[in-house]
Amino acid sequence: MVSILTFIVMIVVGAVVLGFIAVSAMFLIWWERKVAAHIQTRYGPMRVGWHGALQSVADVIKLLLKENITPEGVDKPVWWLAPFFAVVPSVMVFVCIPFGNLFGIDLIPRDLNIGILYIIALTSVCVLGIFMAGWGSNNKYSLLGGMRSAAQIVSYEVPLIISVVTAAMFAGTLSMQKIVEAQKGMWFVFQPNMALAFLIFVISATAEINRTPFDIPEAESELVAGFHTEYSGMKFAMFFLGEYTNLFIVSALAATLFLGGWQGPFLPPVLWFLIKTYGVITVLMWVRWTLPRVRVDQLMGFAWKVLTPIAFANLAVAGWVLLR
Amino acid sequence: MGPQHPSTHGVLYLEVRLSGETVVDLITHIGYLHRGMEKIAENRTYTQFIPYTDRLDYVASMTNNLGYVLAVEKLMKAEIPERAKYIRVIVAELQRIASHLVGITTFTQDLGAFATPLFYGFREREKILDLFDELCGNRLTYDYMRIGGVQFDLPKGAGGKIRGIVKYMGPKIDDLENLFSSNAIFVARTKGVGVLTKEKALNYSVTGPNLRASGVKWDLRKDEPYLCYDRFNFDIPTGSNGDSWDRYKVRIEEMRQSLRIIEQALDGLPEGDPTVKIGRVIKPAPGEVYMRTEAPRGELGFYIVSDGSAVPYRMKIRSPSFSNLAVLSELVKGAKVADVVCVLGSLDIVVGDTDR
Repeated sequence: MVSILTFIVMIVVGAVVLGFIAVSAMFLIWWERKVAAHIQTRYGPMRVGWHGALQSVADVIKLLLKENITPEGVDKPVWWLAPFFAVVPSVMVFVCIPFGNLFGIDLIPRDLNIGILYIIALTSVCVLGIFMAGWGSNNKYSLLGGMRSAAQIVSYEVPLIISVVTAAMFAGTLSMQKIVEAQKGMWFVFQPNMALAFLIFVISATAEINRTPFDIPEAESELVAGFHTEYSGMKFAMFFLGEYTNLFIVSALAATLFLGGWQGPFLPPVLWFLIKTYGVITVLMWVRWTLPRVRVDQLMGFAWKVLTPIAFANLAVAGWVLLR
Repeated sequence: MGPQHPSTHGVLYLEVRLSGETVVDLITHIGYLHRGMEKIAENRTYTQFIPYTDRLDYVASMTNNLGYVLAVEKLMKAEIPERAKYIRVIVAELQRIASHLVGITTFTQDLGAFATPLFYGFREREKILDLFDELCGNRLTYDYMRIGGVQFDLPKGAGGKIRGIVKYMGPKIDDLENLFSSNAIFVARTKGVGVLTKEKALNYSVTGPNLRASGVKWDLRKDEPYLCYDRFNFDIPTGSNGDSWDRYKVRIEEMRQSLRIIEQALDGLPEGDPTVKIGRVIKPAPGEVYMRTEAPRGELGFYIVSDGSAVPYRMKIRSPSFSNLAVLSELVKGAKVADVVCVLGSLDIVVGDTDR
């Protein structure tokens, strides 16, 4: 009896999470286009719905109806599976994202005691999907994009994890929920070396999710569209979904680890969580529509020669602060 | 890369040999836009060919117009009214600003600054386009210059409008410069990238801002003045390293100098009719002529041979983008893939100008 109930709850929670991911991605696509439009002094989508609010719905319908082209000479299994590898790990991450609580129920599918470790492990798997797409496409642009992506994510994973470890050290736990609770008195970001960790986290996260100025796997001016050049219709939409889900995830992590998560006065915790997350997202969008792209060697140099040493030094200082 | 590629500025095919991300060799293939302009010219009367010149370098149609009519006027040994000279200078300099705005902002687009600077540049360019629209009714392929003057006199209130553009454009150029020059990524992407030495630039007959960025102070407006350029005070900005950064800097500075020229030309604008009636069919005396002008991309030359009939016997167009593009493969060897689009963008080529 209990197991059936658990099963039903799992299904419902799963459906809610998937629904949230889809709606969030659609909202983010619209939001990105609006932010871009205002930064670029133009209108952006205006026709479908209020200020183009239904534009994403129209886009989804269009993508569903589009022909699914498979180019000649692709490595079929790799080519077909790539979009799923790009999306599934991102969806799995939602297991331990703490959205706060509503009517006394904690809005987190499962608060794993190794939550942040689990998330980091899964987000690294996303690169596999991108690399598979690059390899399987039988296209030189795609291959370059895939290779770049692999190199980039391996490099930026190091400073990213070090900055996450700094937060985990301050909280004394790996559980996402407990990390949020540890920030009850003061958000981590207001402590000097945690502020630095936050900065390192945001920079490496931008690289991890392939956004400008680190969008070199896509690099539309050099590689046309990089790893997803050959994808069309729903398979392309899957990459897009993965991209915007990842954007949400890294911003949610930034909010959870450094900005006090769902905690805040007056408003319900869920709202606080969403405000912080979408705030970080908006900043990332602002950066995207402002900066040019770095070159691939500059990107690697920045990761290994600048970010990683700073992150390690910061970690050492954090350890000293805690042991003092 | 190409012929259909987001950063080849038109239909240009670059055969790039790579070792990983490093460029080993680059071969430029052109001709995808070839329309046989020079041959067309030999089948049209002198007047009929004017609208075709708009289509050469479609980012700077006015200066193409100008180069051609000046060549025909030189062939005919015709004198044009003073007012026409001043109007032509004003229009040519406005066109230079409009062209450089496109050149610089598409360059930054190639560097991955996704469309934001481009839209700013186009917003500024729009002011000039509006004015050109009033002058001749077109917004891209202007057909304004005439053999013997210009098509119409400036419309009423145009003087004030042009002064307004000059006043508006100054701070906007500063804005544009601030947006890039203080951007660490932009600096890192352009400084020392695609270095074109003085010798190489001269050997490849690179002209215009690209040559000046390599440190050669050569500008036809100063060194071989045409129209009334010798009456104006302006500087020729030059670079020292000849890298992509210098090419960008020279263009920014050139826009400022153009504003200075426009202001002086407005101050000295004489009254009168800006056209001489020359007639529809022109039959210049047999002979040949080469007339070169300083177009936004460099030296634009028209070589015309006349046999005394109403159509040119031969015409050869010396277009700046052609020789500027030729140097590309020299500049990118050993650089990264990303530098190819950077260098190509900084050379500011227009494929319509390369393939005539």
